Amino acid sequence: MSSDLPIIPEPPGDRDVVTYTQDARTVGQDDRFDSPLRRALGTTPFILTKFDQFMNWVRGSSMFMLQFGIACCSIEMMHTYAVKHDLDRFGAGVPRASPRQADVIIIPGTVVSKFAPRMKRVYDQMPEPKFVVNMGSCAISGGPFQEGYNVVKGAEEVIPVDIHVPGCPPRPEALVYGVAKLQDRVRNGESSPVVVKPYELEQFGDLERDELVEHLADQIDPDDLVMRYNWADSP
Amino acid sequence: MSMESLTANVDPAVLLDDLIVRTETHKHADAVVIRPDDVAEVMTRLKRDAGYDHLSCLIAQEYQDRFESVYYLKRYDDPTDEFGVVVPTSRDNPVSESAASVYPTANWHEREAYDLVGIEYEGHPDLRRILLPDAWQGHPLSLEYDQDRPQIVEFSEHANPLAEHGREDETMFINIGPHHPATHGVLHLKVVLDGEQVADLDTDLGYLHRCEEQCCQSGTYRHQIMPYPDRWDYASAGILNEWAYARAAEHIADLEVPEYAQVLRTMSAELCRMCAHFLALGTFCLDVYGDFTAVFMYAMRDRERIQKILEELTGQRMMFNYFRLGGVVWDIPDPREDFFELTRDFLDVLPAAIEEYHDLITTNEIFQVRTVDVGVLEPETAKAYGCTGPVARGSGIDCDLRRDDPYGYYPHLDWDVVTEDGCDNYSRLLVRMREVEQSARIVEQCINLLEEWPEDERELQSNVPRTLRPDRDAETYRAVEAAKGELGIYLRSDGTDSPARFKIRSPCFHNLSALHKLAEGEYVADMIASLGSLDIILGEVDR
Repeated sequence: MSSDLPIIPEPPGDRDVVTYTQDARTVGQDDRFDSPLRRALGTTPFILTKFDQFMNWVRGSSMFMLQFGIACCSIEMMHTYAVKHDLDRFGAGVPRASPRQADVIIIPGTVVSKFAPRMKRVYDQMPEPKFVVNMGSCAISGGPFQEGYNVVKGAEEVIPVDIHVPGCPPRPEALVYGVAKLQDRVRNGESSPVVVKPYELEQFGDLERDELVEHLADQIDPDDLVMRYNWADSP
Repeated sequence: MSMESLTANVDPAVLLDDLIVRTETHKHADAVVIRPDDVAEVMTRLKRDAGYDHLSCLIAQEYQDRFESVYYLKRYDDPTDEFGVVVPTSRDNPVSESAASVYPTANWHEREAYDLVGIEYEGHPDLRRILLPDAWQGHPLSLEYDQDRPQIVEFSEHANPLAEHGREDETMFINIGPHHPATHGVLHLKVVLDGEQVADLDTDLGYLHRCEEQCCQSGTYRHQIMPYPDRWDYASAGILNEWAYARAAEHIADLEVPEYAQVLRTMSAELCRMCAHFLALGTFCLDVYGDFTAVFMYAMRDRERIQKILEELTGQRMMFNYFRLGGVVWDIPDPREDFFELTRDFLDVLPAAIEEYHDLITTNEIFQVRTVDVGVLEPETAKAYGCTGPVARGSGIDCDLRRDDPYGYYPHLDWDVVTEDGCDNYSRLLVRMREVEQSARIVEQCINLLEEWPEDERELQSNVPRTLRPDRDAETYRAVEAAKGELGIYLRSDGTDSPARFKIRSPCFHNLSALHKLAEGEYVADMIASLGSLDIILGEVDR
């Protein structure tokens, strides 16, 4: 057992105890294991902080991403997770297949009418606190497909978004930067502004009885969840 | 004497003599106009007696005075032998007979035509919307469609399709997707399991239907359409897609492409093919082995190498926008030697990388147990469902448009078409791996050509008018061999500078339509592997 312990050098006579302790904890280690945290804790095994601050720091330093691919951007997202760019270096690269285990959802692609309700449901299944990164022009505004009859003009129409990463698609470096920015915000306890979301899942029976609802009344059960799009009011 | 050579000489005009209303000449092939209630009879004769075994594309469109369905037929052994069947219907009663009884691939084609344009097909086995939600109002590519009207989309549980067979106690219904790590995007499979085996499978598309055809129809030929093809098959195969559009548009507008540009096109396209096949390889192993494994990471590593080369050439990692009508946008970046060195470095390490893949994958006993004789797609089934590309070649069908319908610089280069006759998941993967080697051969030859090309003959673009206005009512369908198979573009001009109808014939769409043939009766885990071996990209399936 004793052979594994670092060899503690003899304390030089004129050095004070604090420095001695710090040296003793870092001696024999490679420089790359050094970190601000290690230096902070090196002086004393105790830290004093606010619980909220500590939790924010923990959250920002270990983010689980949802393994969620939609379109072209998801290929660049895979490159961000994979070798060379390796998002995991920043404490944010564990893709989880289930939304119930994920903290962050990256929206990598175009959201269309048929997919928006499903995306909303996936988002709803994530535990709080949850964060959203919009990746690419399509998720921001509909991008090159904005004029399409079937395209939702940005993921923000359906769910609240924390960070937008522009590009078509954004380079992996850009996504890394966006995620790092999100982590900064999370560490500082900042949350995204609450936006008014135009499109919500509603029960069909709760919709206002207009011409379209009357027309579909015999096809759709009043208890079924639906999403109603008002394309004319879209940005 | 084989059946093909007997039927090849039959003149379709004679064969269909009593059913032809009139004949038409499309820019790439002859066509006949027939009555809407003769479709099945005409198709049967053309398939049985004239040997047209490949329903390549169905285009539905609306004119001011009529609806029209255009069927383009081809032969697998000679894709230059093309024939068109035009079926006009009146505007008040757009009903036409279905061809699905003759060509099973017409099933999905006609559903799409019904969904987007609104033509109804009599005798179709299952005519419902395929891309848009069931409760959608109107048909978006018809002339009267109002894009601003509100729409309601349902979010409901799906009923067990076998329930009425009284088997609900023995079977289990599960939804796979639209958000699921194994569906390679936003695909939804409604699967009924009997124990662990797939009893019934229904493919639900449209979760990435982003109106590509509408976007292309509202752009101008010269510059505004070319960026869209990059986003169809987005597995970094953009240049192959650009070539499909470029080939069709250059054909309809009679543009020439300089030889030097053809070499650049061929080289960049083959780099894209390698990139796409590496993604197919990586994600297939992800499906078979599970989680982010070594093979996936290695495949990504090799993709990064290719993307670096493509970025040097085009300026982008994925959405290249490198082709222009009549050529390419720019030459190899200066200093040229650096680019050649970068590419050669990659080609030098590739054989060792391929060997590593074979060690890890194809010679791995566990992998063989999972993939050999699993997901069998018989050649006849593949043809019936319009499968092309590596999926068809993995079933032993010797077809490749680069050789059979030559374009670009391929006829001048030395390479082989890869086929495997195992018809299973293993064969399809092997075809892709061996195609990477062939692509590397092509790239190497192109590099040598480009290096020796005289400096004063490096012509990048031919002389193309600033505004292209192809002849009024000209129609053409041209296809190229993309990473997933025959990617074809139908263009109809109305004399303006943007197309009146732009139709994408997507290889993934057709390959995916055969999934139930691969999966039914197999284990559910093997169904996932079969889906991976078809290598679908949802951007191209849904368009």
